[in-house]
Amino acid sequence: MTPDQLDDHANAPSVTHTWRTRSLLHAARPYLLASPFVLILTLFLILPVMAIVVISFWRYSSFVMTPDFVWDNYKIVFSETYLRTFLNTFRYALIVWCLTLVIAFPISYFLAFEIRSNRMRTALFLLCTVPFLTSNLIRNIAWIPFLGRHGLLNSGLLAIGLITEPIEIFLYSDVSIILSMVHIYTLFMVAPIFNTMVRIDHNLIEAARDLGASQWRILREVIMPLSSTGVMIGTIFVVSMVLGDFATVSIMGGGQRASAGLAIRKMIASLQYPTAAAMAVVLLIVTLLFVSVLMSFVDVKKEL
Amino acid sequence: MIPSKKKRSPLFIPLLIFFTIFIIFLYGPILTIMILSFQGESGGLTFPMRGVSLHWFETLFFGQPRVGEFRGPFMRSLLLGTGIMTLCVVVGTMVGQAFRYKFKGANFVFYLAISSLVVPHILISLGIGVLFDQMGWRVRWYTSGLGAHLTWTLPFALLIVLAIFNRFDKSIEEAARDLGAGEWVTFREVVLPLILPGLIGVGLFGFTMSYDEFARSAVTMGEFNTLPLEIYGMTSNATDPTLYAFGTVTTVLSLAMILSFLVVTKVLQNRADKRKEKVNAD
Repeated sequence: MTPDQLDDHANAPSVTHTWRTRSLLHAARPYLLASPFVLILTLFLILPVMAIVVISFWRYSSFVMTPDFVWDNYKIVFSETYLRTFLNTFRYALIVWCLTLVIAFPISYFLAFEIRSNRMRTALFLLCTVPFLTSNLIRNIAWIPFLGRHGLLNSGLLAIGLITEPIEIFLYSDVSIILSMVHIYTLFMVAPIFNTMVRIDHNLIEAARDLGASQWRILREVIMPLSSTGVMIGTIFVVSMVLGDFATVSIMGGGQRASAGLAIRKMIASLQYPTAAAMAVVLLIVTLLFVSVLMSFVDVKKEL
Repeated sequence: MIPSKKKRSPLFIPLLIFFTIFIIFLYGPILTIMILSFQGESGGLTFPMRGVSLHWFETLFFGQPRVGEFRGPFMRSLLLGTGIMTLCVVVGTMVGQAFRYKFKGANFVFYLAISSLVVPHILISLGIGVLFDQMGWRVRWYTSGLGAHLTWTLPFALLIVLAIFNRFDKSIEEAARDLGAGEWVTFREVVLPLILPGLIGVGLFGFTMSYDEFARSAVTMGEFNTLPLEIYGMTSNATDPTLYAFGTVTTVLSLAMILSFLVVTKVLQNRADKRKEKVNAD
C-alpha cells in the first residue's frame, strides 16, 4: 500500500463520492504537476519546430513568402555551397569532439582516482567550472589579445626566435575557431565523465590489481568500459552544441568561415526565412539522428 | 591509483602537470582581458599596456561609448535571469514531483526535455521568431525571449531535480505521513526544507544559463537587447578596450552573484542539516 492510500483510508468513513473525487484528483496529480512544463515546451519548442517544418516548404521570392508545398528551399540547401558548409560543420564537430575527449578523460581520471581527499576533489572540480560561468562570447573575445597579429602568442614566438614574422593564421581561422570551441565546450565533456568515474567502486580496481592486472589493463578493461556512459553523454552535449554553433564561428572566424548554424543566422538576418527553415530542418534531423543513436546505448535517467 | 596510502602512482606527476596546463588554458584568456581592461587611455586592444587606468570603465558607465550600452541590457538580463530562476525552481520542482508518481507519458516528458537540450540553439530562435510572426505576436524579451531561455534552462532544471530526488531519503517523508501529515503539509514542512539547497542550485544554474544565453536570444528578444546580444554587437566593431571593460564587469558581476547565492545555500544547507538531525532525534 502506498502512503497515499493509507491517507485515504484514514478518511474512509466520509461520503463515497468525495472519496472518488479525491482518488481521481490523486490520479490526475502527476499530470497537473507536469502540465506547466509540457505547456511551456509545447509553446516554445514543439510549435516553433513545427512552424519551421511548415515554412520550409513555402515559396519564397524577393522578401515575400507564400504558403505552398515546394521543395525549392531544400534544393538550395542541397546545393554544393551549403553541402560544403554542412561538411565543414561536421568537421568542426569531429575535431572538437576528439580534442575535448582527449582533454576530459585524463582530467576526470586525475580528479577521480589520483586525488584522494573528497574535499580536494570537489574543490578542483569547481575550479574547472568557474570559467564556464562567464559568457561564451566574452570567452571568445578573450582569445583575441592572445592569438592576434600583435598578440601574446606571436610576440612570444618572435621573442624566442622561432618565427621572424607574426603568423596571421592564429586568429580568424579554423585554428582559432576550434581552440575557442574546445575552450567553451570542454566542461560539457569533463562533467559527465567525471560524474561516472567518481562512482566507480574502488574495490573493483583493487580486485583487478590483486588478480595481477597491470595499471594499463585496469584502465582499459575496468575504467574505460565503466566510464563509457559519461563519454556518451559528454559526446551528445559537445557534438550537438558544435553542430548548432554560430557565435564562435562568426567571432573567431572573422567572417571567413562557414557553419550550418551561421548560415542559418545569416539567412534569418536577410529575411530568407523559408531557406533558413529548410537548412534548420536538415540540421535538426542530423542532430536528432546522431543523438538518438547515442541515446540507445545509455540510460540517461540512471545517470542522474 | 587510490589504494596504497603512501605511494603515489607514477601517473600522478604527469597528470598533475596536464591538469595545471588545463587550468591555465581555462583561466588564461579571461585574465588577459581583465588585465587589458585597465589599459591606459592611449592603449589598444593588445599588449603592451600603455599605463594603467580606469578610463575604459568610465567610458562604459558614464561616457558615450562608440558602441554598446551597458545599463539597459544589464537590467534586462538581470530581470530575465531572475524570472527564469523563479520559473525553473517552481516548474522544475512541480515536474520533478510528478516523476515521483509513476505516470503514463513520463517518458514522453523526459525525452521532450532531452530534445529541448540538443536542438540546435539557432533553431529555437528561428522557430519562435517564425511562430510569433505568423501569429501576429510581437517578439519581446519578456515573452518570446523568456520562452526561448526556458527551452534551455527548464530541461536542465528537470534533470537536476530528478537527481535531487534520486538521492532523497524517502523514509523521513513517510514518517511524516505516518504521523498523520497530509500531502501538502508533508511537502512544505518536510520535503521542501530538505531539498531547498538543491533547489537553490537549480535557480542559480537557471540564472547563469539565462544571463549568458546568446544563440537562443538572437531573434527572440525584439527591439531591446540583453547583455549577450549587446556584447555580440560590440564584437563586430570593437576598436578600443571598452569591450574588455564590458567583459570584466559582466564576469565579475556574474561571479559575485553566484558567490552570494552559494553563501545563502550554505546557510540553508546547515539549517536543513539541523532540521534533519532534529527529525532523526525525534
